[in-house]
Amino acid sequence: MSDAEVKKPAARGGRNLELPEHLKAYKGVWVFIEHDRGAVHPVSWELLGEGRKLADTLGVSLSGVIMGGPDEPLESYAKEAYTFGAENCYIVRDTVLKGYRNEPFTKGMTDLVNKYQPEIVLLGATTMGRDLAGSVATTLATGLTADCTELRIDPATRALAATRPTFGGSLLCTIMTLAYRPQMATVRPRVMQMPDADPARSGSIVEDTLGMIETDIVTKLLDFIADENSNKVNLAYADIIVSGGKGLKTPDNFKLIWDLAKVLGAEVGATRPVVQSGWVDAERQVGQTGKTVRPKLYIAAGISGAIQHRVGMEGADVIVAINTDANAPIFDFAHHGIVGNAMQVLPVLTDTFREHIAMRSRKAA
Amino acid sequence: MHIVVCIKQVPDSAQIRVHPVTNTIMRQGVPAIVNPYDLFALEEALRLKDKFGGKVTMLCMGPPQAEDALKKCISFGADDAVLVTDRSFAGADTLATSYALAAAVRQIGKEQKVDIVFTGKQTIDGDTAQVGPGIAKRLGLQLLTYVSRIADLDLENNTITVERRAEGGVQVLKTAVPCLITMLEGTNEMRFAPLENMIHAARYPVRKWNKEAAGIEDVTKIGLKGSPTVVSKVFGPTPRAEKALMQSVEDATPRDVSLNVIQKIFTQHPTLERDILAKASV
Repeated sequence: MSDAEVKKPAARGGRNLELPEHLKAYKGVWVFIEHDRGAVHPVSWELLGEGRKLADTLGVSLSGVIMGGPDEPLESYAKEAYTFGAENCYIVRDTVLKGYRNEPFTKGMTDLVNKYQPEIVLLGATTMGRDLAGSVATTLATGLTADCTELRIDPATRALAATRPTFGGSLLCTIMTLAYRPQMATVRPRVMQMPDADPARSGSIVEDTLGMIETDIVTKLLDFIADENSNKVNLAYADIIVSGGKGLKTPDNFKLIWDLAKVLGAEVGATRPVVQSGWVDAERQVGQTGKTVRPKLYIAAGISGAIQHRVGMEGADVIVAINTDANAPIFDFAHHGIVGNAMQVLPVLTDTFREHIAMRSRKAA
Repeated sequence: MHIVVCIKQVPDSAQIRVHPVTNTIMRQGVPAIVNPYDLFALEEALRLKDKFGGKVTMLCMGPPQAEDALKKCISFGADDAVLVTDRSFAGADTLATSYALAAAVRQIGKEQKVDIVFTGKQTIDGDTAQVGPGIAKRLGLQLLTYVSRIADLDLENNTITVERRAEGGVQVLKTAVPCLITMLEGTNEMRFAPLENMIHAARYPVRKWNKEAAGIEDVTKIGLKGSPTVVSKVFGPTPRAEKALMQSVEDATPRDVSLNVIQKIFTQHPTLERDILAKASV
């Protein structure tokens, strides 16, 4: 690793980097369990997997925080959280917590933190998690690190060392909150591996109340318009992704990506320049400013492998890259490289896949 | 109606290069631009102004040269611009940044009451999406993040109804004005700046506020001192140990190359082949 180790953070400008005595009582690792309309977001389980490792290193407990309405199955979410490593769950149940709203959730989370004093709070970097994390961290006046790709405990300080890409992924930086508690971090879906569920694990529930009534809350949730399934792109959790870059030259050539994706039952991804040129929707963007993906197979055609793209897809099990330039950075982290013009290779690759699938399906039948 | 739009001047990250030895950002020659996400916020503010009248004030924290970013926004049609600039703001993380910007919004509000504060969804250099919520909390404004559409604004009753992007769908939220909106990207398209606007913008006297003018009350809450997060290490991404198995269409036909790749990946990952066959059969 080309570590340009930056010297120990100095207490520049009279900044205090020692943990004040009264904050030393903060103990334990918390994960915000995000759920909506009957399902827990998988990022919460991914975070419990990471949180378990942090809690074990520190020798403290791992807890889930579940907030929701009276008719929501919060206890069953807690049971599921135990299987992923939580030892207990804080449950706050109130009619005003049905459906996410910033105000009651911020109060719920902030009150719990002040009362039970965890040292680390992790949230998914989703539209809900980021909305909540930013509000809670500001209210508590503590440090929050967004979109972390690695979470560790610094042995010297026992502080959370949260690593995240910066400047579009060109560099990584490790960030610590030394003199404030709790230490907060968000992690994007699919960045961390899904832990194995152990059904034998169990835990306990700590119930708490919110102390807020509907008339206290200014913002009203009028409706939820679910995405139409046909249009819904679940890129982050797709098993196979075929992605195209600007090497395809024209939006017309980009159709070759859709052709291959159709044969493989894959989702279509794209680089930022492709999205910016309007060839595909923004929700298909893979990379630092797009989605993080972790498919079993990622086929990258006409993609040079710029760092902002790489950080979003290098977790794929198998990466196949097609590029005219044998020196393109994509070949530094792809598993299979094809040096050639994507416009020429893609149609042949699509046909060959189609034949292979047809042949194997016949055999199986 | 008075709208404040917060922007940031950022290096165009598409053109950023990292020094291979020192792992420092090479800023020389990298153009500074208005954070692209902020332009969706500005355009939405200008549309509200077109419809309801009033004034759009731009706000930015940064070095003196960030004035250029504000002038760009004036050329698109913003009415006024304030640059909060002071050496003591240097090294601010998101918590300290939201403190300074919230103070400045309060100062702007003393001149004329603010109805809506807009920010972009996030910046392209920091990517945190934390400053918008931070400003809202500090000012006690209703927070509406990832807004994809403003469905209704009722200035008589001081209410606003928006659509907010959530996982798997869109929330329809109704709240009170004043509020803070972080605008989702791709929701509108920035208008063109007419020539006369560009001339007006070039000559526009952007107001520059130091920490006193910005109304900073507690200097321990700004800059490095006011930042709970500490950057302890900066490093380059790790290169992968094993290299790709390379084939070239110079040496074999695309057909042979394709057969070879398919055979290799399916031999190494039999479950992958099973998954694909299962999908193909349905």
